[in-house]
Amino acid sequence: MMEQFVQLLVNGLITGTVLALAGVGATLVFGIQRVANFAHGELLTFGAYAGLLLDVTFGENIVISALGAMLATGVLALALHLCVLHPLRGRGLVATSLVTVGLALMLRDVVFLIAGPQLHSYRINQTTVYNLGIARISPGQAIAMALAVVVTPALTLMLARTPLGKSMRATADNRDLAAVAGIDVDRIGRQVWFLAGALAGLGGVMTAVVQGVFDPNLGFQILFMIFTTVVLGGIGSAYGALVGGTALGLVMELSTWSGFAGGLDAKFKPVLAFLALILLLLWRPQGLFGRARVL
Amino acid sequence: MDLFNPGFWLFVAAIAGTYAIMALGLYVQFSLAGLPNFGHVAFMAVAAYAMAILVVRVAAPLPLAVVGGTGAAVVLAFIVGIPTVRLRADYLAIATVAASEVVRYLAMNLTDLTGGPLGSIGLLGPGQVAMYNTSWLGFVDRLVHAASSFTGMNFSRDAVVALLVWLLAVIAIAALASLERSPWGRVMRAIREDETAATAAGKNVFAFRMQALVLGGVLGAIAGMLLALQIGVFSPDDYEPTLTFYAYLILILGGSNRIWAIPLGAGLFSLLYSGTRFLNFFPLSLIDSGARAFLRLFLVGFLLVLFMALRPEGVLGNRRELLLEK
Repeated sequence: MMEQFVQLLVNGLITGTVLALAGVGATLVFGIQRVANFAHGELLTFGAYAGLLLDVTFGENIVISALGAMLATGVLALALHLCVLHPLRGRGLVATSLVTVGLALMLRDVVFLIAGPQLHSYRINQTTVYNLGIARISPGQAIAMALAVVVTPALTLMLARTPLGKSMRATADNRDLAAVAGIDVDRIGRQVWFLAGALAGLGGVMTAVVQGVFDPNLGFQILFMIFTTVVLGGIGSAYGALVGGTALGLVMELSTWSGFAGGLDAKFKPVLAFLALILLLLWRPQGLFGRARVL
Repeated sequence: MDLFNPGFWLFVAAIAGTYAIMALGLYVQFSLAGLPNFGHVAFMAVAAYAMAILVVRVAAPLPLAVVGGTGAAVVLAFIVGIPTVRLRADYLAIATVAASEVVRYLAMNLTDLTGGPLGSIGLLGPGQVAMYNTSWLGFVDRLVHAASSFTGMNFSRDAVVALLVWLLAVIAIAALASLERSPWGRVMRAIREDETAATAAGKNVFAFRMQALVLGGVLGAIAGMLLALQIGVFSPDDYEPTLTFYAYLILILGGSNRIWAIPLGAGLFSLLYSGTRFLNFFPLSLIDSGARAFLRLFLVGFLLVLFMALRPEGVLGNRRELLLEK
């Protein structure tokens, strides 16, 4: 039973990290441009396939593949921002969100057209298992854990300490105030989109290696959990998304622990996320860390 | 498939009518009340499943099952609406996306209740074929008989269904058009334009928005059940999230604040959507038919972006009356 708990803790940390990374990007974009980016899931998909290209076709190792996927997805996100969403700024929440819906359909179906609907997997041995005594970890999980341990603190440090991170948080919190304080909000906008893309690309690679096999629906399937993370942390709050995503991942996985009243059927994990979202909107719509203001 | 097969185009016409009713539901929520519902398909799916389950499991007569399906959609509207309609629009958008994903997820995974990925045909469990539309087919056959003996012409089933669906759509649009001009519609417009002013005038914004959400949900439910009855067997894949975005595209194509533009939008969309089925000439014939389905969805996305960017007021709309700027 304890073994299962540790196992679920590992799964939860990985899911949580993916949600936290994608959530930070989505919440910053949300805060800066007031757009619910429906194409954010497709950024994860794109990252997973960019990594796949490097890993399988070019035979690079997993670190290079993950870095390459981050770079490619970051550039893609920046291109979407510069070519489509920036020229359409000021069109309002629903109009811009609908544009991202169209972009999401286009991106997903381009991946479908190029890579095909069949399942793909990275060059990772899916059958070996590392026995750590208290938990058994697959190589995919080990890679994802390693990435999580490196990237999450680095991202937190960047957001907390560097001028760039501070400017990003300030702009996401209040764009006008940031502009008055001398921050070049347009430049920050471009940097936020690149960062959001890079983090989503990494999240895509992590999801792909943990799942083992994946198809072009990879990103869309977790889009609503990314949105839940954003609301959980409070729209526009980067720290909120970090904590909210990790918490959501842990709660969803640990709810299936058999020591916890027999455990929830694994099928109902997404339903749990939905219930969390509804309850949160009822009691604390500003999110766990958001300040109460006019919503 | 033959381009000039009347049966195919009659089927397309019936589906277009169903889409018009679906888009009308979104019109009430989005264009009239300003509620961005990004999970409209959930109302359709919940109603279709409730109807099919009532017919197959409880042996309820179809009219009663239709009432049950509508009721299920109303319950969903309350679950999603109560926490979100008092908040800023972004929260409703997110909650409705989540609701539609969860509904689809439950339909896939609650195999005992819904038949799982197999769909409605598996409602009675493996090895048994479940049918929920027998009495609908009987009803259509009686209509075919009545129409043929009344006019002396030969009506096909598809023609009767298409006429019936479009009749329903036109009645629903006419009813809503008059509702829009009523005091209720004026309050809706006031809330959409200036919530604070409407509150100051003593209007209960929460109640009015909930009414719009429920009414739109009911229309979505009717569309969902009509769709299920026409296709005969459905699975969770028939209620994909993209259906919601088709509804938005229909509203935008026609002109997003013109209620009578909805039939035009639905017709245009269905022509484009089923027309791309015939893009099988060279060089597109090099792409196999499975991949062409993705190409079609790509085009839907492209059109959505293009229209939003270049002509957000739609074919018939007027830019000065544009609501999307909000």
